[in-house]
Amino acid sequence: MDQIIIQTLHGLVNGMVLAMVASGLTLIFGIMDIVNFAHGDLLMLGAFVGASVVGVTGNYWLALVVAAIVIAMLGALLQITTLRPLIGRDPLTTILATFGVSLVIQKYALWQWGPSVRRISEPVPGEFTLFHLQYPWYRVATAVLAGLIIGGLWLFLKYGKYGIWIRATTQDRVMAQAMGIPVPLVYTAVFAIGSAMAAASGVLFGPFAGVTQTMGFDFTLRAFIVVVVGGMGNLGGSILASIFVSLLESYASIVVSPAQAVIVSFVVLVMTMLFRPTGLFVPTPK
Amino acid sequence: MTATPAARPRPPAVGYWIGFAVVVALLIVAPLVLPPFWQRFATEILIWGLLAMSSDILIGYTGMVSFGHSAFFGLGMYGAAAALLTVKPPSLWLGLLYGLVTAGGAAVFVAYFATRLRDIYFAISTLVFSQIFYVIIFTWTEVTGGENGLTFSQPRLTIPGLWSDRFTPVTFHWFVLAVVLLSYLLVRRITQSPFGMVLQSIRENEPRTRAIGYHVERYKIVAVMLSGLFAGLSGVLYALQNKFAAPDFVFFVVSGEVVIFNVMGGMGTLVGPFAGAAFFLLLREGLSRFLTEYYLIPLGVIFIIMIIFLPQGLLGFLRRRLNA
Repeated sequence: MDQIIIQTLHGLVNGMVLAMVASGLTLIFGIMDIVNFAHGDLLMLGAFVGASVVGVTGNYWLALVVAAIVIAMLGALLQITTLRPLIGRDPLTTILATFGVSLVIQKYALWQWGPSVRRISEPVPGEFTLFHLQYPWYRVATAVLAGLIIGGLWLFLKYGKYGIWIRATTQDRVMAQAMGIPVPLVYTAVFAIGSAMAAASGVLFGPFAGVTQTMGFDFTLRAFIVVVVGGMGNLGGSILASIFVSLLESYASIVVSPAQAVIVSFVVLVMTMLFRPTGLFVPTPK
Repeated sequence: MTATPAARPRPPAVGYWIGFAVVVALLIVAPLVLPPFWQRFATEILIWGLLAMSSDILIGYTGMVSFGHSAFFGLGMYGAAAALLTVKPPSLWLGLLYGLVTAGGAAVFVAYFATRLRDIYFAISTLVFSQIFYVIIFTWTEVTGGENGLTFSQPRLTIPGLWSDRFTPVTFHWFVLAVVLLSYLLVRRITQSPFGMVLQSIRENEPRTRAIGYHVERYKIVAVMLSGLFAGLSGVLYALQNKFAAPDFVFFVVSGEVVIFNVMGGMGTLVGPFAGAAFFLLLREGLSRFLTEYYLIPLGVIFIIMIIFLPQGLLGFLRRRLNA
């Protein structure tokens, strides 16, 4: 019984971090039809930048902000140099291009920071006792913070002037252009925002398991899964799907090893694509 | 009935066959003149090229990008390993058979699910399936050897009832060359057959192909199966060359490299993937001399630049002639 409660907590916390990763991915997909293969690697790079800032200043919150800003600028640069020339081509070419970007980023991180695991110390100290297990407050704080950031993004998209620009471009880019919205600029900005979200979630995730240069692929894959399960380009759906998939994985890891628990989410993905390809958590399209 | 104009015999592609003969002759002579390192390198290019060509059936001819070819390749390796470790005395042909059956079986399984999806969704689902195989192979230590993989000794080259001898690097190169040539000619024939034409029409316009009355899903399933079989074949060859099967080759990185070979060499040409593999491996060889494992940084940049400025790949300009 307490096993189940602990795993539920675990699943919720992991789900919130994953939701943050996925919301960046789904935003980019929803607006530009780009499947960003390098998303997990931007996350990894953000985590490394965060770890370096923590190493120099010792301030975790500063690291969070700096990593987000640095990676947002990198994202904007990437969008301008590699993705902008591909607008109008087969969407599959963008997968290939971002795959290339992912290779470069990964090896750059290896070159810059080496193969060893970097630790980010926990910014919120203390633990609370849940049955006989110590559960760190930090993880709970992370989940709450991730929820706040996602909520902030949602509010921005819903009410902010530029958020409305972004949603208008998602719905109809030609019309948006005709109304005077600078669509290319919106594209770049959205890619930057998505990258910043990835970087911030990287810094948030850092204290959980440390930062390595190979962590990106795992996140890319998991973010893909929840984005598809939740309905591509649908923010709310991705968030629900992240929590759903993470919970399932947590429960599965009671029975089998965590390495094998991943298969559960793969199965959920395949089932979703077969029986409800529009996504589990979206209303049935008419 | 009189013959329709479409049945008119096509002019023989003399230029193509001359080029083909020259390249084959060069490949036959290569192991005799090259130093041992480059000899092995040439064999490896052929094997990776075969893998990339198998993927070209999907990418270039059917318009589906597979990010899961490492699964078929790796299962071909493990299939061969299973035959060579369990059957005494180890037989080359049984290894081939086992590898093809394993990879083909996996391809049927993946094809059944993945072909219902299109575009990006197909790519992601093949990626996910390959990761499922990877996780199974990686964690099922008793059978697959887990992280360490399986090692075995190279079987003898036998032609039953006629001849049996150890492989030397030179005879192994010729053996690989023979397999690759047969596969190439077979796949070329398939892509030019009515079946291949249907695949290409799926690539050009899927709804219209369906409207004409072709059962698109069935064609796609067969295409993925074929592709998986040839990928498995290349896996068997690679296992034979290196005398091991390892989970690293089931990992997604291999699938990514396969796609890179295709894009670099030119999709939809069958020969392009070989050129792409050669180009990639040569670059890697040259760059890793002084960049060690960071060779992927400049290589990745070159890859991105080629996607943007040379989407047809190195041999794309020959596409029409190569399919003649």
